[in-house]
Amino acid sequence: MTDTNSYSAATEVASTITRRTRWERARITLKKAPLTAWFGMIVIACYVFVAVFAQWLAPYGEADSSFAAYAPWGDGHVFGTDQIGRDVFSRLIYGAQNTVGIAFITTILSFFIGGGLGLVASIDQGWIDQLLSRFVDILMAIPSLIFALMLLTVFGSSAWSLILIIAVLDSTRVFRITRSVAVNVAVMDYVEAARLRGEGLGWVMRREILPNIMPPLVAEFGLRFCFVFLTIASLSFLGAGLQPPTADWGSMVRDFAGLLQFAAFDLKAGLTPLLPAGCIALLTVAVNYVVDWFLHLTSGLKD
Amino acid sequence: MNLIIMTILKRLALGVVTLFFVSLIIFSAIQFLPGDFGEAVLGQAATEETVAAFRRELGLDEPAWRRYLDWVGAAATGDFGTSFSGRASSGVDRSRPVVEMISSPLKNTLFLAGMTAIVAVPLALFLGITAALWRNSIYDRVINAATLTSISFPEFFVAYVLMLFSTLWWGLSANATGINDADASILDKAYMLILPSMTLTLVIVAHMMRMTRAAIINLLASPYIEMARLKGQSSLRVILRHALPNAWAPIATVIAFNLAYLVVGVVVVEVIFAIPGAGKVMVDSVASRDIPVVQACALIFASVYILLNLAADIIGIVTNPRLLHPK
Repeated sequence: MTDTNSYSAATEVASTITRRTRWERARITLKKAPLTAWFGMIVIACYVFVAVFAQWLAPYGEADSSFAAYAPWGDGHVFGTDQIGRDVFSRLIYGAQNTVGIAFITTILSFFIGGGLGLVASIDQGWIDQLLSRFVDILMAIPSLIFALMLLTVFGSSAWSLILIIAVLDSTRVFRITRSVAVNVAVMDYVEAARLRGEGLGWVMRREILPNIMPPLVAEFGLRFCFVFLTIASLSFLGAGLQPPTADWGSMVRDFAGLLQFAAFDLKAGLTPLLPAGCIALLTVAVNYVVDWFLHLTSGLKD
Repeated sequence: MNLIIMTILKRLALGVVTLFFVSLIIFSAIQFLPGDFGEAVLGQAATEETVAAFRRELGLDEPAWRRYLDWVGAAATGDFGTSFSGRASSGVDRSRPVVEMISSPLKNTLFLAGMTAIVAVPLALFLGITAALWRNSIYDRVINAATLTSISFPEFFVAYVLMLFSTLWWGLSANATGINDADASILDKAYMLILPSMTLTLVIVAHMMRMTRAAIINLLASPYIEMARLKGQSSLRVILRHALPNAWAPIATVIAFNLAYLVVGVVVVEVIFAIPGAGKVMVDSVASRDIPVVQACALIFASVYILLNLAADIIGIVTNPRLLHPK
C-alpha cells in the first residue's frame, strides 16, 4: 500500500516562496512594459540584427558603383541608386553597421573614461576630485558640437579621431552623473568597511560602488548613446565626420539633399534623403522610449 | 542685500576664469597642428622666404605665452587675425581679415536665433506649465509623447520633412540667399527664415517644455505648496503667489540653457538651408582647415554659451527668496 500521507505543509509553503529566477523576474517586468517601450525594444533588436549581419543582408557591396547614377526606385534597386551609382538600399544596411557601430564604441569608451574617473573622484574627494571637477566644468563650458568641429579641423577627420574626440568630450557628462550618484554611495559604512579591510581602489569601485549606481548609469547610457549617435550623424552631415566611401547615414542625407526639390515631380526621389534621416530618427526615438520606461521603472516614481 | 552682491560677484569671477581657460583651450588648438603647416597652407611650391614670412606673421618664432597674450588682446578689441585661405605659394596674399568674413554672417545668425527665441520661449513655457498643472491627463500624455519623439529627431530630419511639406503643399521658399541684400527689410528677412526658424523651434520647444514641466512638478511636490493647498487657497493663487517666486530660477535656467543650445543648433540648420551665417562660415572653414576662422567662431560661440549660462545663474541668485530675505 502506498503512503498517501506524504503531504507536508512545509513543502507547500516552500514551493510558493521559491525565489523567482532572474529570467522569470525579467519576463514579468517585460509583460508590464508599456506599448512605447515594446515598440522601442523591437526596433532596437531589428537594428542590431541588421548591423551585425549587414554583409549577408545587403544585396550589393558598400562601395559598388557599377550601376547607372540616380536610378529610380524599384527595378533591381529597391531605393534606387545614388549620384555615382551605388545601391541606396545596400548602403542603408551598411550604414547601420558603420554609424550605429561607431556610436556604440564611442559611448562605451566615453563610459570607461568618464565612469572610471567619476568613481575615482567620488572615492577620493580630495584634490583629485577638485582638479577633475574643475577641468570638466571648463570642458563643458564649450558647446560640444563646436568643440568637436574645432578638434576635427586640427586632427583631421578619420574614424578613430572621430571616436576619440567624441568619447572624450562626452565623457565629461558621464563623469558628472557618475560622480554625483557615486558620492552618496561612497560615504556608506560598507564602503568604509571594505576599505578598512584593505581592499584596493579597483575592488571598491567595481564591487562596492558600481552595483549600487547601475540603474541611473544604464539609463544614462541610453541617453548618451542617442546624443553621441546624433552628434556623429550631424558631424557627418556637415562633412566633418566619417569620410567616403564608408556608407554613413549622416553623409547620405547630405548627398541626397538636392533630390528634395524634385519631390513635386517624383515623390519617391524626393523621399530618398528622408530614408537615412528616418533611420537615424527611428533609432533615437526607440532608445528614448526604452530609457523613458526604464527610468520610470527604476526611479519608482509614479508621478 | 550684501549677500546677493557677494554671490553675484563670485559667480562673475568664476565666469571670467572659465572664459580665460576656454580661450586658452581654443588658442592651443593651433599648437596641435601636425608638423609645419606653413607649407600645407601655402602649397608645395612655396619658397622658403614666403614660408618664413608666413611663420613670422603667425608669430611662430615667439614663445607660446606671448602669442596667446597677443591673440587674446587682439580678439578682445575685435581683431581675429587673417584667414588662411586666399594665400598662394607665390607670396601673393589675397587673404581677408577674419572679422570681415564673420561680422555680417554673425548678424544673420543672431537674427535667426532671436526670431526663434521670440516664438519658442513663450510657447514652451505655456506648454510646460499647463502640462505640469494637468499632469497625467490625456493632454499631458500627448504632449509628453510628442516632445519625446521630436527630441529624438536630428535637426536635419525635421528640416527635410518641413522642406518636403513646403515644396509639396505650402509653397514656402526655403531660399535665404537674398538675406544680405541691402534693400531686404526685416519682414523680408523673417519670411526667408520661416522654415529654418520653424525647424529650430520644433527641436528647442520640446527640450524647454520638458525641463519646465519637470521643474514645476518638482516644485509642486514640496510641502509648503501642499500647506497652501490645505489652507484652502485657490489653485491660481497657489501657483502665482507660492510656486512662481521659487520657479523663476529653474525657468530662467531652462530658457538660458536652451538659448545656448540654439547656438549649436544654428550651425546645422544654417548648413541645411544654406543661410550665410556664422555657423556655415565655421563649417566651411573646418572643411578647408582654416584655423583662424574656426578659432574665432569657436571663441564667439563659446562666449555666448558661457554668458547665457552666467545670466541664468545670476537670475537664479537674484530671484532666490532665501537670499533676498537673509535671516
